[in-house]
Amino acid sequence: MAGHGHGEPVFGGFEAAAFVVLAALFVLYPLAALMTGEKYKKWPLHRYAFWGAGLAAIAAALLGPLAELAHSNFTAHMAGHLLLGMLAPLLLLYAKPVTLLLRTLSVPKARGLSRLLKSRPLQGISHPVTAAFLNIGGLYALYLTGLFEAMHQSGWLYAFIHLHVLLAGYLFTMSIIYVDVAPHRYGFILRSAVLILALAAHKILAKLIYATPPASVGKKDGEAGALLMYYGGDAIDLALIIILCYQWYRSAAPRLSPQPDLLK
Amino acid sequence: MAVQSERVEAHSLQGFQNEYASRNLWSGLLFGIGLMAFVDEVVFHQLLQWHHFYDLSTPRVGIFADGLLNSFAWFAAIGGLFMFADLRRRSAVWMKRWVAAVFIGLGGFQLFDGIIDHKVLRTHQIRYGVELLPYDLAWNIFGAALLVSGIALLMQSKKSAAREG
Repeated sequence: MAGHGHGEPVFGGFEAAAFVVLAALFVLYPLAALMTGEKYKKWPLHRYAFWGAGLAAIAAALLGPLAELAHSNFTAHMAGHLLLGMLAPLLLLYAKPVTLLLRTLSVPKARGLSRLLKSRPLQGISHPVTAAFLNIGGLYALYLTGLFEAMHQSGWLYAFIHLHVLLAGYLFTMSIIYVDVAPHRYGFILRSAVLILALAAHKILAKLIYATPPASVGKKDGEAGALLMYYGGDAIDLALIIILCYQWYRSAAPRLSPQPDLLK
Repeated sequence: MAVQSERVEAHSLQGFQNEYASRNLWSGLLFGIGLMAFVDEVVFHQLLQWHHFYDLSTPRVGIFADGLLNSFAWFAAIGGLFMFADLRRRSAVWMKRWVAAVFIGLGGFQLFDGIIDHKVLRTHQIRYGVELLPYDLAWNIFGAALLVSGIALLMQSKKSAAREG
């Protein structure tokens, strides 16, 4: 990885590790889906596509030219942030990895996993409010303290922050819309309120960055990055809002009367 | 469709109105608020570029209020439409009332934006480098006109419903 401007071997180490993990996930998912497809219902094709697209979004944010540029260009960094923290989680969630994992494991192990998913600590961090704090709070810490500069000095911090952005983004997305296995469910009003507040906090942070970008970022670059954060975030949040409202629409269907399309 | 209309007939007209009147109102109101926020973004921020994303005089509280209002409006536009879809599948749309509520939402947002955002919190102004007063007047009078016509329409829808009932 001689081409890197930052010259610390640990960045290269993170890229190599990320590549290995992503490649393994890319191979293991379809393998598990095909194997369990013989025993259970066939795993739908579109979920393979969601999985591949989600991993591609992560790869684009962590490896390759965009990640390379993101070390020196704030707008590229922000594009990576949108891919890693918002788009990839949404795509991966629709691939239903936990459902697949439960199908793949042996019955005792699957029971263990589902006990783990239902455990108190996981219930705590997967509550919409906690998940929103972990997700958005992490971003405030990253951009409004000196953490952003420190991240480009330390490879370990860089790895930790990027992992946090991805995992917290995933946790938040799965706490708002129920697509995969979701043992602890909360009402639509609570989730709508949390989504509105989180979306607002994201917009507010984008404007704060626009006004005062991190110390190492130039004015023009900071403004362009903030605009991308604001409107890019809007686009993905729009998808989240539509999905959440659609899930409400389906669950609020009048139960006693047959649906018109059943009568045709 | 036959089953749906039967279900509605099973209610008395009065009961039907009580059950769905407020939902028609809320759906229209939310959609109106969201629609005006959307128009504001598309027309004044993007097309005309009169509004600024951020101006240096914006106080912190303005940024906070603006972020909250806009994300609420985003949600309201979509939530209001899904509520409308829900009313439709229940054959419970009360069009006049819904449209009245949309106007109230449009006018309410416009006035709120014109008075609270632009003047009290000073998040941004309508246009820069011009005499603001005519713009502010036009903005708020337009908002008030929408609001008043919405309220008038709502009164009228109540009256005509009372006549039919």
